[in-house]
Amino acid sequence: MEDERSFSDICGGRLALQRRYYSPSCREFCLSCPRLSLRSLTAVTCTVWLAAYGLFTLCENSMILSAAIFITLLGLLGYLHFVKIDQETLLIIDSLGIQMTSSYASGKESTTFIEMGKVKDVVINEAIYMQKVIYYLCILLKDPMEPHGISQVVPVFQSAKPRLDCLIEVYRSCQEILAHQKATSASP
Amino acid sequence: MGLVSRGAAAAGVGAASAVVRPGPPHAVPHPIPTPPPEGAALGSSRVPGMVLKAFFPTCCASADSGLLVGRWVPEQSSAVVLAVVHFPFIPLQVKELLAQVHQAGRVGLAVLGTWCHRRQEAEESLGHFLEGLGTIFSHEPWLQLCREQGSKLWSCKATRRQVPPCPGTPYEDQVMLVFYDQRKVLLSQLHPPAALPDCLAGDAAPSAGGLAAVFDTVARSEALFRSDRFDDGPVRLSHWQSDGVEASILAELAKRASGPVCVLLACLLSLVSAASACRLFKLWPLSFVWSKLSVCEQLRHRLEQLTLVFSTQKAENPTQLMRKANVLVSVLLDVALGLALLSWLRGKDRIGPLAEALVPVADHVAEELQHLLQWLMGAPAGLKMNRALDQVLGRFFLYHLHLWISYIHLMSPFIERILWHVGLSACLGLTVALSILSDIIALLTFHIYCFYVYGARLYCLKICGLSSLWRLFRGKKWNVLRQRVDSCSYDLDQLFIGTLLFTILVFLLPTTALYYLVFTLLRLLVVAVQGLMHLLVDLINSLPLYSLGLRLCRPYRLAAGVKFRVLEHEAGRPLRLLMQINPLPYGRVVHTYRLPSCGCHPTHPWGSLCRKLFFGELIYPWRQRGDKQA
Repeated sequence: MEDERSFSDICGGRLALQRRYYSPSCREFCLSCPRLSLRSLTAVTCTVWLAAYGLFTLCENSMILSAAIFITLLGLLGYLHFVKIDQETLLIIDSLGIQMTSSYASGKESTTFIEMGKVKDVVINEAIYMQKVIYYLCILLKDPMEPHGISQVVPVFQSAKPRLDCLIEVYRSCQEILAHQKATSASP
Repeated sequence: MGLVSRGAAAAGVGAASAVVRPGPPHAVPHPIPTPPPEGAALGSSRVPGMVLKAFFPTCCASADSGLLVGRWVPEQSSAVVLAVVHFPFIPLQVKELLAQVHQAGRVGLAVLGTWCHRRQEAEESLGHFLEGLGTIFSHEPWLQLCREQGSKLWSCKATRRQVPPCPGTPYEDQVMLVFYDQRKVLLSQLHPPAALPDCLAGDAAPSAGGLAAVFDTVARSEALFRSDRFDDGPVRLSHWQSDGVEASILAELAKRASGPVCVLLACLLSLVSAASACRLFKLWPLSFVWSKLSVCEQLRHRLEQLTLVFSTQKAENPTQLMRKANVLVSVLLDVALGLALLSWLRGKDRIGPLAEALVPVADHVAEELQHLLQWLMGAPAGLKMNRALDQVLGRFFLYHLHLWISYIHLMSPFIERILWHVGLSACLGLTVALSILSDIIALLTFHIYCFYVYGARLYCLKICGLSSLWRLFRGKKWNVLRQRVDSCSYDLDQLFIGTLLFTILVFLLPTTALYYLVFTLLRLLVVAVQGLMHLLVDLINSLPLYSLGLRLCRPYRLAAGVKFRVLEHEAGRPLRLLMQINPLPYGRVVHTYRLPSCGCHPTHPWGSLCRKLFFGELIYPWRQRGDKQA
């Protein structure tokens, strides 16, 4: 079962949340961030090239212009490969664990998998981010030493930064699965 | 044949020599019932069962029907399937094989269930027959996997025969299929993210983390994968190596050759280390010189590393093996770079011009220093110095410089020979050549070091005198017993002389401070250049190149964890996932497998460095091994 809804992030950009219910014990949430806008790309390129041209008129060295072209190309490639995240996915599988995938604009995917034995809970936290107070979803990990302690807080959807309405949807589904998991692990 | 199988099933005990073959096909109703529909209304008295995870190797997905052999992990309710045993088989021999593997790898394997791969439409009786096998190999729960030929639809069932301990739990569990690549899981090594404390590290790995148990099981069951389908063994298995055992001629040859080569090299290295440890080198002047030269440090480090690599002991765990491999690759790269440098030097006959340019460069440096001293003796930067002290210090340093220049000129005929031999040492490695270069720079700038020491000592004395006389001026004194400042009543003449001396020292302070400042800056410049070279040497020494290459070419070998992908799913069918290996990021590879460097790097934090500079204490930029032991 698959459905798609659109939400907005903390800056007002459009986000698309795709929910896939594979089974009562396996759900996937896929948040797509807004793509790289042509306007900002043109603006940055023009700024860099104008600065390089200004330096060229001062120094009369044509290496500056070729260097500016290289820097722009390399910078764009580096941005697409290391910085710009296109999609963030949260896959929660009962009795296996929670997996978070970020796919970059160049196609690279970076995945983190947390086993269910380490997950204590999934909560929505408030945080002060620059001049705003925002909500974010995070996974609390158990502390092996202390039974009631928390060893780590892992935030989810860090680059998409959706608003509370989207987070509540994801939170409800996760809590259903976690409740089911706790019920079955408690029973012999 | 059908009689034998039914008889065996009825007896409940597998006959010792009865060969189990699939029964003849005859019309029976569909043997495997469909699993209960998802979300159907369960009875109010039933508790939903825990999902059973079946880890299935991708290589067995196209295998013929047979028995599933693997390990059952009750804590995670997961069944790790390792291989499929095909018909015909003798149950006793299957049990013997499992016992052999258990002895070899200390992992408890069992027959987990049946696997049915339907080739034609008319093989429906197979399922019925397979159910009967559950009585020969009893296992809780009994897994039944079935697949249609050429389709992606699987059906799974897990049944429990015994009465469950608490009423209400169902006789059937839901099954989730997780496919894994057996070869990659066997060869990979998990790197857990958090460092376990020592008390937990001793526990057996299967109890820590569910997925580590899967890796551990596959790794320990290597004895199961030794035979392939061309062997005439009693039991026919399907696993990742069943199409032919992997081997490489080069690897086998290298293994055979490594024994005698290691023994030979170990003998040579022990001879060299015995020679270097002989008593002659422990005499005072030589031992002092050896401890100060960084090239000796580097050679000693390399000798230790080579002894480690060529030792005849086998590596006990994968970490040691990686370390040996890293050291070997690092040494080989070092020697290759050194030989490249050597060929570059020899190619255009650069040694001659280099040697000829060296003495004029030293002369030039000395001339610049002379100009600097003349400037200091005048009115440097418009400051007015104390004439007499200025002249004394300036003339002293000038004379020292003159001695140094004469020494350099004395050495100049031998420079080319020395450089030739130094260039030859580059074949021992680029790091050795860089260390020698760093030592040559240290020797050539020895006069700067001397000037720095004189200036620092003078300044330090002055500061000590000033601080104690300042205390006297205020009527206080340093109490050595109590380590604090106490008041003290001085006599008049003590006060008079003390204040006079204090005044003299204060007015002489700018001159001394300026000389100290200038020579400290020069010394720091030389230290920075040497430090850069040591950094490069350190980099070549400690970078784990083999691990980085492994991460680049075979990323599944170094695993940070796993990742899952949901495969095509149909409602009513069990969930199918693909488990892949998540490779370790490059930063963590370097951090985990970093080789220990020889420790010649600056150890001062910035705060204490500034404090030492202010009070005129001598700075030793790096701790050598000799200093640590002293």
